[in-house]
Amino acid sequence: MKKSRNLFLYIGGAITIIMTAMIVLGYFWTPYSPTEMNGSAKFQPPSLAHLLGTDNFGRDIFSRVIEGAGTTFFIAVCVVFIGCVVGIVIGSLCGYYGGLPDLILTRVCDSITAFPSFLLALVIVSVAGSGTYNIILALGILFIPSFARIVRGEFARCRDLNYIKSAKLMGAGGFRIMFKHILPNTFPVLFSAITIGFNNAVLSEASMSFLGIGIQPPDASLGSMLSDSQNYLRSAPWYAIGTGLVIALLILGFSLLGEGLQREDRRG
Amino acid sequence: MEPILEVKNLNSYYTEGHSLFGGRGRRRQILKDVNFDIYQGEIVGLVGESGSGKSTLAKTILGLNKDFDGDIVHHSEKPQMVFQDPFSSLNPAHTIGWILEEPLRIQGKLNASERREAVISMLEHVGLGAEYASRRPWELSGGQRQRIAIATAVITRPKFIIADEPVSALDVTIQAQILQLLLEMKKKFDLSCLFISHDLNVVYQICNRVLVMRNGVIVEQNTVDELYNNPQHPYTKQLLAAAE
Repeated sequence: MKKSRNLFLYIGGAITIIMTAMIVLGYFWTPYSPTEMNGSAKFQPPSLAHLLGTDNFGRDIFSRVIEGAGTTFFIAVCVVFIGCVVGIVIGSLCGYYGGLPDLILTRVCDSITAFPSFLLALVIVSVAGSGTYNIILALGILFIPSFARIVRGEFARCRDLNYIKSAKLMGAGGFRIMFKHILPNTFPVLFSAITIGFNNAVLSEASMSFLGIGIQPPDASLGSMLSDSQNYLRSAPWYAIGTGLVIALLILGFSLLGEGLQREDRRG
Repeated sequence: MEPILEVKNLNSYYTEGHSLFGGRGRRRQILKDVNFDIYQGEIVGLVGESGSGKSTLAKTILGLNKDFDGDIVHHSEKPQMVFQDPFSSLNPAHTIGWILEEPLRIQGKLNASERREAVISMLEHVGLGAEYASRRPWELSGGQRQRIAIATAVITRPKFIIADEPVSALDVTIQAQILQLLLEMKKKFDLSCLFISHDLNVVYQICNRVLVMRNGVIVEQNTVDELYNNPQHPYTKQLLAAAE
């Protein structure tokens, strides 16, 4: 059978590569300084000099969007990393050993999920204060349960299979069985959880900054820029459109890539 | 002859379900006063209908079922098991080479290049080539998987293995090949084997002695020829009649 082209993979990969390249580039060079104000160039519509126009302080929106995407990207990666690593540890111990600790930890995760996540993030940020690292911490904790639940489920499914019994008979220890024998079997599921988690992290950071409890000015993040831009929706619509487009592309790229890789995996 | 396994007055239990707060469910006795020995170099068949406690006996002997009383004395190190279902006995996340090498890694006696050599020679022993080392379990047929499962069980050179219905999931022609392989392995590595099966014809082809189990009790044990020619217990007669 002829393999149909995996469009998800190609398009998603292309978008993600372009976005990542721009973000990486943005750490070293942007067309203008993202914080440089220019009183004579306020609210300029998109042009060759300013690809996405300028904002209310005459700052180049394209430069700010690149920098903001970098901040958002960094936060999302850290959040997913914390959630994933802690989630794997909790989920694998719970799923493999079961018993009372499993019962308690699963209920703790359930109760974290039961709160509106925003409320919890708000509490953490108001206790610890705002700032990039506190936001990472707050969102990171919120992301643990979803990963822990997925990993736990996979471990509980695998632990009674014959190849695990074989490994026990060979004399493999608990940690070897958990991390060398079972964990690799969770990767396909874990991978889609990571892509979904990454998208949620981008959106969560954007929403927190949009509400003003995230990244503080003059630093740019996609959420805080979107929040600023809504005041000028009528006079300078390109501000909101440019920022929104970048958020959409970031998420779209990653979703398509995740979906594409999953399809690739399924056909072996 | 030296015994490789002695089982004396073995009773084994199974607990159904757990309540929410960790309370225990109903405890049922599966094996009732089981006694037998297995001697070096022997293949002993264990027959009986499904639900008679054959697999529970295997698990209890290997220490996978902890709820038992009585004595199980092993005169061999780390006995291994070949499972019925060749599809869940190989880890799908790894290559065949990794799967075969893992028992050696855990054992820790050989270095990396010695392990690799042992894997390749074992692949050839079981009639698959070195090129299978890089394949994944899902690329293999049931018979090929069962060959790998046997190879994994014997690669650390255990003296005793338990084969739990190793051919009942396979086609008849493949069955014969796997039985042949088991016999070769037995000769080559001086193996003793407890061979669990519900199929008396298969047991007849491969075993020296047979245990007949019903409802957790061994109702008859004898050499293959005696058992087939002169069955004592009515249940054995019934099984033989059904296998005709």
